Amino acid sequence: MNEHDGSERLQQQVKQAFAQHTPLQICGGGSKTWFGGAPQGEPLQLAAHQGVISYEPTELVITARAGTRVQDVEKILAEQGQMLPFEPPHFADSATLGGVIACGLSGPRRPYAGAARDFVLGVKIINGRGEILHFGGEVMKNVAGYDVSRLMVGALGTLGVLLEISLKVLPLPARDITLAHVCDADTAIRHMNQWAGRALPLSGTCHDGKTLFVRLSGAVSAVQAGQAELGGEVLEDGAGFWSQVREQQVDFFHDAQPLWRLSVPPTAPALPQPCWMDWGGAQRWWHAPLSELSALRRQAEAMGGTVQLFRGRTDHEAVFHPLSASILRLHQGLKQAFDPRLILNPGRMYPLDNE
Amino acid sequence: MNTSFPTQEPEYNVDEPSLLRALQAVLPAHALLSSTEDKRPYECDGLSAYRSLPLLVALPENIEQAQAVLRICYAHKVPVVARGAGTGLSGGALPFAQGVLMGLSKFNKILDIDPLARTATVQPGVRNAVISEAAQPHGLYYAPDPSSQIACTIGGNVAENSGGVHCLKYGLTVHNILRLQLLTIEGELLTIGSQALDSPGYDLLALLTGSEGMLGVIVEITVKLLPIPQQAQVLMAAFDDVAKAGRAVGDIIAAGIIPAGLEMMDKASMQAAEDFVHAGYPSQAEAILLCEVDGSLAEVEEHTQAVQHVLTQAGATEVRISKNEQERLLFWKGRKAAFPAVGRISPDYYCMDGTIPRKALPEVLTRISELSQQFGLRVANVFHAGDGNLHPLILYDANQPGELHTAEEFGSKILELCVEVGGTITGEHGVGMEKIDQMCVQFEPLELEQFHALKKVFDPHWLLNPGKAVPTLHRCAELGAMHVHHGELKFPELERF
Repeated sequence: MNEHDGSERLQQQVKQAFAQHTPLQICGGGSKTWFGGAPQGEPLQLAAHQGVISYEPTELVITARAGTRVQDVEKILAEQGQMLPFEPPHFADSATLGGVIACGLSGPRRPYAGAARDFVLGVKIINGRGEILHFGGEVMKNVAGYDVSRLMVGALGTLGVLLEISLKVLPLPARDITLAHVCDADTAIRHMNQWAGRALPLSGTCHDGKTLFVRLSGAVSAVQAGQAELGGEVLEDGAGFWSQVREQQVDFFHDAQPLWRLSVPPTAPALPQPCWMDWGGAQRWWHAPLSELSALRRQAEAMGGTVQLFRGRTDHEAVFHPLSASILRLHQGLKQAFDPRLILNPGRMYPLDNE
Repeated sequence: MNTSFPTQEPEYNVDEPSLLRALQAVLPAHALLSSTEDKRPYECDGLSAYRSLPLLVALPENIEQAQAVLRICYAHKVPVVARGAGTGLSGGALPFAQGVLMGLSKFNKILDIDPLARTATVQPGVRNAVISEAAQPHGLYYAPDPSSQIACTIGGNVAENSGGVHCLKYGLTVHNILRLQLLTIEGELLTIGSQALDSPGYDLLALLTGSEGMLGVIVEITVKLLPIPQQAQVLMAAFDDVAKAGRAVGDIIAAGIIPAGLEMMDKASMQAAEDFVHAGYPSQAEAILLCEVDGSLAEVEEHTQAVQHVLTQAGATEVRISKNEQERLLFWKGRKAAFPAVGRISPDYYCMDGTIPRKALPEVLTRISELSQQFGLRVANVFHAGDGNLHPLILYDANQPGELHTAEEFGSKILELCVEVGGTITGEHGVGMEKIDQMCVQFEPLELEQFHALKKVFDPHWLLNPGKAVPTLHRCAELGAMHVHHGELKFPELERF
C-alpha cells in the first residue's frame, strides 16, 4: 500500500509553502467545504494519501491514512463486527477519515459512547514548518507528553495536516431497537436526562418537535430489558432512521434558511423556536436568517452554551461562537507554536494572527 | 533514601526574603510553611525514592489566595509545583528546591451535584472515592477508579489523566470531565469547557488533562456521573501458561464483549496476593485472569455465560464465577492488594507503568524475565490486560548499596522494551521526574521541541513544574552520548506507533 503513501509529497509541499509564506487549504474528499470558514489558499490534496495501515480487531485499534474514505474504514470494521463508536456523519460518500477528525464530527451515539476526540489514540501530522511528527500511539492508555492527538480533533487542520490517525474501535452491538414516544419538547428533555441516569443501554435520542425517538443497543437481553422498562412504539426501520438523522436528511433539515447548531447543557429548557433536538438534549438545531446571529448568541449564552452557524455561511459572518479574549490568546499562541507562518487553513476557524 | 534524580534545569535566582514577605502578605500564617520540619511532609510524592525540600510550602484556602500566590511567583520568577494528595508514582509533585510547593488540600469541597444533568462540580482536593460516595444516593457514580482512589484527589487525576481497572469500558479521566477552572501562571482564572458536551475552538480540555501541572493550576472541576450498573460479576480463570491467558483476553474481545474490568496477574504477584489476603486464587497456576462483567441482571447473565465459554475454549484450567457480592469483592481484594502484598515479600518494590499492544505480552514477559536474571532482581507482574497497561513490580532492598540504582536501570530497560514493541513508557502514572529520560526514547527531538513550544504558550518563563514531563533536548543529547558510551544504541530504526 506504499504507493498510496503521499507523506513525502505532502511534506515537500508544506515545506515549500512555509518557505514562501503560501497559505494552503487542506483538501480531503471535498464533502465539508461548507463547514467552518471559507477555505482559501493553494490546495493541498490529501485524498490520494489513503489506506488502512494496521488493524488489529482484538486490540480494538485501527490506523489509517487521513485520505481513507470513512465508508471504507467502516466497511473494514463491520467485516470484523466492529465500528467507529462516535458514529460520524459523512455528508457525502467522498468523506475522508482526516476530514471527519479535523472537523471533530460525531453522530447520534456521541452522548453515550463519546465523541471523535474520545477515540483518537494517536496521530501523525505535518506541522506548519513542514515537520512530520507523531503523537500518542496505538495503545489505549498513553500519558507520555501532552495530548496533541486530541488537540488536533476539531482544529480544522489549522495546527497540522493530519497524515495518519489511530482510533479505538468497539464491537457492533448485538441488537438495536428504536422506540418512539409522542411528547412535547419539555417532556422529552426530562425523559432524556432521567433515562440517561438509569442503567439503560441508550445509544441515541432525538426529538423532532412532536416525537421522542430512543435507540437502545447492546446485548440482546439488555435491549429487551430496556424496552420493557421504557415502552413506546417500535420503529420498523431504526437503522435507516438513525442514518438519516446522522446525515441530516430528515425533513427538518430540508430548509433553505441557514442552519444553526446550539451546544448546551442537556437539561437546558426547550427553545421557543421549533427545533430539532438530539444528543440527549445537549444539541439543538434550528433554521433562522443570518440577521438573528446576535440574538442567537445571547440566547445560547443564557442557556450556558454556544451557537455555531452550521450551514449557510457568508463571507461576512463569523461561523463559530466568539471566544473570550484570554482563550483567544491561547488559541493564537497555539497557532504560533504549530504554524508560525499561519499557512495552514487560514480563515477556517478564528482569525488567529496576533496582529 | 538518596536523592538520585538528575539535576534539573534551568537555573533560577530567587530572592528568598522578598518572596517570603510577599507571600506572608497574602496568606494566613498557618498557610505558609517555611521551617524544614513543617516542609518535610511535602518533600516527595508516592515515588519516595526522589526527595527534595521546597523553598516554601503555600497552602491557599481559596481561589483568590491561589491567584495571589501565582501572581507573586510570576512576578518573582519563582517555579511553582502544584500538589494534590501526593499519591502520584512518577515524582510529578516532587518539589523544586528553588521553588514554591503549592498544596491544594484545602480545596476539598463538593460544590454541586446535579442528578438530572449527571454532573458533579468539585474542588481539586476532593478525593476520587468521595465523589462516588456523594453521588451514590442518586444512583450515580464517577467511573475512573485508580487503585489509590481512597486517597488520591480529583485534581491530581486530571493532571495525570488517571485510569483505573474499569477504563477499558468507561474511559480515562479525559473521557469523564466536562469543565475546568484553571489558574494561569499569571494568576488569571480561565474556564475551559462547559456543561455542554463540547465547546468551540481547540480542545483545551483534552490538552490540559494529563498535562502534569505544566500548563496551569486547576482549581475547580466538573465531572460526568454515570448510572450505577444493576449488577456486576467476576469470573476468575486460571491458566498454566501466561501466553494462553494473554490470548484469552483477545478472544473475549473478539466475542464482542467489552468487560468492565479485565486484569491479569502472573504467578509471582498472584502468590504474594494469595498469601496476603487469601482470595482463593489457585496457587499452582502460572497466571490468572479476573474478568468483570456488569449491566442489567439479564445482560450480566448473558455475558457471564459467554465469557465462561470463551475462557474454557482458550484453555483455562479452571474458571470460577463469583457466587455473590462477597465473593466478587474477595476476588478483587487479591488484585487490589497486589502492591502491598508484594511489599510483604520484599523490603522495597519499584512499580513500572508501560503500555504494550496486548499481542506483545508473551514476548514482553519473556524478556522481562531475562532482564530479571541479568539484573539479579525479582519481578512480579500485574497487568490491566484489557487495555495493555503493564505494571511490573521490581523487588529490591534499598538498604543494599546500589540496589535502588539497579532497580532503576532494570526499570528503564522495561520501559524501552515497551516502546520497542509499539507501546509507551507510561499508561497512567505520568512521566513526572521518573521517566523523563525515557521520553528521549519515545519521542524525536522535533516532537519534544513541539511540546516545549506548546508549553511556552501557557508558561513563557518555564515556571510551572519545570524540569518534569518533557526533557530538554540538551538532556536527551547528553543521555544519548551516555548510552553510546555504554555501547547501547537506542532503537534508531523504531517507529513510535
